[in-house]
Amino acid sequence: MKLIIAIIQPHRLEQVKEELYKAEVNLITVSEVLGHGRQKGVTEVYRGVRETGNLLRKVRLEIAVNENYVERTIKAITTGARTGKTGDGKIFVLDLPECVRIRTGERGSEAIG
Amino acid sequence: MKVSLRKFIVCAAFLCIAANLCLAEDTTNKLKIDGADTAWVLTSAALVMLMTPGLAFFYGGLVRRKNYLSVLMQCFIALALLSVQWVLFGYSLAFAPGNGFWGGLQWFGLKGVGLEPYAAYSSTIPHQAFMIFQAMFAIITPALIIGAFAERMKFSAYLLFTLLWATFVYDPMAHWVWGSGGWLKNMGVMDFAGGTVVHINAGIAALVTALVIGKRSCYNKYTVAPHNLPFSVLGAGLLWFGWFGFNAGSALAANGTAVNAFVVTNTTGAVAALTWALIDWKLTGNPTMLGTISGAIAGLAAITPAAGFVGVGAALVIGIAASVFCYIAVSFVKRAFHYDDSLDAFGVHGISGIWGTIATGLFASKLINPTGADGLLAGNSKQFFVQLIAVAVTVAYAFVGTFIIFKLVDVVIGVRASEEQEAIGLDLTEHNERAYTMLE
Repeated sequence: MKLIIAIIQPHRLEQVKEELYKAEVNLITVSEVLGHGRQKGVTEVYRGVRETGNLLRKVRLEIAVNENYVERTIKAITTGARTGKTGDGKIFVLDLPECVRIRTGERGSEAIG
Repeated sequence: MKVSLRKFIVCAAFLCIAANLCLAEDTTNKLKIDGADTAWVLTSAALVMLMTPGLAFFYGGLVRRKNYLSVLMQCFIALALLSVQWVLFGYSLAFAPGNGFWGGLQWFGLKGVGLEPYAAYSSTIPHQAFMIFQAMFAIITPALIIGAFAERMKFSAYLLFTLLWATFVYDPMAHWVWGSGGWLKNMGVMDFAGGTVVHINAGIAALVTALVIGKRSCYNKYTVAPHNLPFSVLGAGLLWFGWFGFNAGSALAANGTAVNAFVVTNTTGAVAALTWALIDWKLTGNPTMLGTISGAIAGLAAITPAAGFVGVGAALVIGIAASVFCYIAVSFVKRAFHYDDSLDAFGVHGISGIWGTIATGLFASKLINPTGADGLLAGNSKQFFVQLIAVAVTVAYAFVGTFIIFKLVDVVIGVRASEEQEAIGLDLTEHNERAYTMLE
């Protein structure tokens, strides 16, 4: 089992969701986060004063999948989120030792789907 | 010594009072300005001014938060831009005694628009008081259209469109209906505070701009929930509050007609809000906040042309029907024809403006306002047909005029924001600001 964490541009969320549904990945947790990568944020003007180095608004996806779903999940996120510009985001794939479905008490691979 | 001083003071006091009385009599004879009327019209102008920021919150709460500032900005800049346009040439085009079509430029820069009354519009308030009251109408009317193209229009194109629309659609239309020598006015059209000039005009313009600019990219793909309904409720409250100035102020005097307009305005807004909530409850299972404020706006818009001519009984009928008609337009017609009038500027203002103007021809009564006319129900079918003509003319002119101007702006600078701008949001891409922060 893997836990896939992706940081994407907020305005690509709808496309990513669309791609994930196409790939039959239907379990997803979304949160709003702040951060920046190599581009170190945009510049913003506040009452005529130019400010730089702000943290940018991003969207963080968490998706737990079985091994046979890892590649198609990565492909779906990449297809939906890629614009080709700096700031498109990252995908992290982590090992997931355990998963429990609270309602039934099922564990492991069965609990994920 | 003491006695003579007292005598002196008493005499002086009498002299002062006598002099004051003479002076007061002199000025009233010369200027005929009524203090109460002037105070009420200036207060009303301030009330109507507040409607544009109120509208900004009403619309702003309904869009996604990435476009919140863009809507506030469009409304607020209309207040700035059109205030200047109005004193430079807008007021002259609309209200100078030109020809039947428009007023011309003889009052350019308020030349000749002074602090004395101008009898053709009101003999008891300074001409400039009438001018600034009308300015607020000229500002909010183009701002109403924003609801149709919200979340996807370029700011530069918006500015150009608004200036041209105010100049070539609003100003002539105001002249036809309210201006000295206007041809619809001469025909006997009754539009107390702007059913044709304001609501039909802006509503039809909204429909045209929504059709020309096209749907938002999210249309029918995913639901766009209002990002902050409490702001919309605040906005609706400010609009209702300002509407007392809009309608009761249109009496241009602190008199019985103003009070009648005030009472029927409140009654219609109230019963329309109630009606929409009940329709919601019946058809979808819940009375919604958004539905209730939409109903209030529909009712307030519908009573606008009728406010000075109908009584409370008619107001109740107008309000109930306004919500029914607008509910149908917003919930069924819009879906059936697939146009993205994003915030229902046409569905609410256009439809209720048409209904209110026709209803004026139905319910108007000389018992309410002897200076008006009777409507169809009082046996005057002529007035009813005059109202129908006014509706048809306004719809036609607003449709054609808006189409030409909007297309022109599209050809010259393009009306639509790019796909990327629309995805990221107009706040950041057009104004480089955001409405909300996350951590700080």
